[in-house]
Amino acid sequence: MPRVLLIEDDPSIREGVGLGLRRRGHEVSTADTGEAGLALMGGFRPELVLLDLMLPGMNGVQVCHRIRETSEVPIIMLTARGDDFDIVIGLEAGADDYIVKPARTEVIEARIRAVLRRLADPSGVRPEVEHHGELAIDRAGLTVARSGDRIALAPSELKLLLHLSASPEQVFSRQQLLEYVWEHSYHADARLVDACVRRLRHKIEDPDAAPRYIQTVRGFGYRFGPVQGARR
Amino acid sequence: MRRIAPFGLRTRLIAAFLLVAAISAVSTAALTYQKARNAILAQSQDMAVSTLRDQLDSKNLRIPMDQETLQALVSEFAKRGKPRPWAVFGEYADLRASSHINPPTSSVVTDELRRQVVSANPHGAFQRVEDASGTPYLTVAMPAVFTHQGKREPTGLVVYAVMPLTTERETVDAMVDAAKQGAVPGLAIAVVPALLAARGVLRPVRHMRRAAERLGRGRLDTRIEVRGADELAGLARTFNETARALEQSVSELQDAEVRARRFASDVSHELRTPLAGMLAVTEVLDEDAERLDPDTAKALRLISAETGKLADLVEDLMEISRFDARAAELNLDDVDIAVAVTKTLERRHWDDGRVTAELPSGVRARLDPRRFDVVLANLVGNALQHGGAPVTVTVTALPGPDGERLLIEVADSGPGIAPEVLPHIFDRFFKADAARTRSAGSGLGLAITLENARLHGGTLYAANGPGGGAVLTLDMPLEADA
Repeated sequence: MPRVLLIEDDPSIREGVGLGLRRRGHEVSTADTGEAGLALMGGFRPELVLLDLMLPGMNGVQVCHRIRETSEVPIIMLTARGDDFDIVIGLEAGADDYIVKPARTEVIEARIRAVLRRLADPSGVRPEVEHHGELAIDRAGLTVARSGDRIALAPSELKLLLHLSASPEQVFSRQQLLEYVWEHSYHADARLVDACVRRLRHKIEDPDAAPRYIQTVRGFGYRFGPVQGARR
Repeated sequence: MRRIAPFGLRTRLIAAFLLVAAISAVSTAALTYQKARNAILAQSQDMAVSTLRDQLDSKNLRIPMDQETLQALVSEFAKRGKPRPWAVFGEYADLRASSHINPPTSSVVTDELRRQVVSANPHGAFQRVEDASGTPYLTVAMPAVFTHQGKREPTGLVVYAVMPLTTERETVDAMVDAAKQGAVPGLAIAVVPALLAARGVLRPVRHMRRAAERLGRGRLDTRIEVRGADELAGLARTFNETARALEQSVSELQDAEVRARRFASDVSHELRTPLAGMLAVTEVLDEDAERLDPDTAKALRLISAETGKLADLVEDLMEISRFDARAAELNLDDVDIAVAVTKTLERRHWDDGRVTAELPSGVRARLDPRRFDVVLANLVGNALQHGGAPVTVTVTALPGPDGERLLIEVADSGPGIAPEVLPHIFDRFFKADAARTRSAGSGLGLAITLENARLHGGTLYAANGPGGGAVLTLDMPLEADA
């Protein structure tokens, strides 16, 4: 069972969520401030971070940025519905998913499992390393390199790229991607997809040109490619 | 738009002014005319009568007279007509003499005048007559008298002087013309103060009408400029006081409403944090309840179940608060409407035959998927709970005046909704039956549904179908604007 770091300032939620997750077998460490949570990152080495957005002092978005500077650990934000602006900011800062409070433990655990789940390769008969333009995608090793340099991708970014590139030139709607990549319901928040696409493009695309790999199909969604140039 | 009312204030004021001006002009002219006419005529008459009498008195008449003497007399008299030349006729017994050759006797000397002068009036008489051609004449009859034993006795000689009054008539006519010529421009000039007065009254009235219209449109800060100290200024002042009072009470009401809403929002917000903690541990309670004694287990399960409901209620309250505060956001995405509907039904396991859907294929809509899911789930859930299965969901896309519309009809097989209840089913916490116990939902479901439809630029209709079941229809643009 994964080690979960819960950063939450409200004691009742901290204890309640901690208790619920521990009962389900998770190893949970809690922190009541962003600073305390960051301090635990090194020693506890969590496999997933549950991060409240509204924290006293250093807020959740800042904590998210700080974690992403050194780590691609999955981050799930805890938010309240209506904090729409914070959700977008949090997603831009690198969070992989979010949970609206209040939530039952089974919902929280389902999200944790979904984020941690390795994306199943739909075909299974591909070469281990695929090349698309300057992009090299290693489906077995779960690494991505651009012009030979390895790119650090957060779990949701990696899963999105793997899913899109598995069926090049096929258009996926945001709702389909939410179901396949995030394991959300069909009617979930499409901003998750948009924020993730922006982060992914920032890492793999040429900032001065139109997107080559993750292309927008207006009115429908996204597709991978077609990538012009050599495809080895 | 300014309308010219046929019997408006302006018309009535001008008519009244004109009437007053006309009456005063006519009565002044009439009085002046009468007085002046009489004065002019009386002057001429008096002078003519006295002149003739003086001439007759100054003559030593020999009676009886012959034709020659009579003729000489009238010829002499005719030369001295005053104030104007006249024709003189003499009558003595059967003798007739005229200062003019023809006729020997005047046609304008009436029998009435003759009778007057013979019988009644030894001092002479006069009459104003017109001849056949309408020329006015003054006829003076003067008997020659002698004094006998202290009494004046007629000699039988009567002298008639006939003087045309053309000059006098011209003078009088000139006066009438002057009166007429003065009255018409006078009336025209009277229109000017009439218009000014009408303007003076109508402008404040118009201002007031505009102000009242603005007030009616909800601009409660509308005030009128108070000018002067007349009745209209008083009315304007009253209007302003009324508007001020209205604005104040409305603002107090609004403040109270804002406070009430903020309170609801704050309460929900404060409830949410402890609920989040409680909800996270309900599973622990549910799991361990099996190992406890039945009463404790029952109590724990009750707490667990009610915590869930309370959490739903608080979330719905928060959602309504955001709508009230206009803080609700649309996160639009392009979806295949048939897939979106199917997924909503699947997610709630309503695709087991209780709900059938008639869906168009390939219709894409731009909407907020989460909110759309809430709307459809609430409509179908409501139909299943208060109506009855089978429930039919019919989706159609229709062209409308402002672009394509998306129509979703949810029809149930229940008894329908009572007519008196229909207008209220989207009200918050509305219960069709006052005695009914708490339902499964928060009581805010349809209110939130309506708000979500409105957020998409659409609306909801409730009606009863021809088959008797209730039909709730979502009508919204196929492509919503954020």
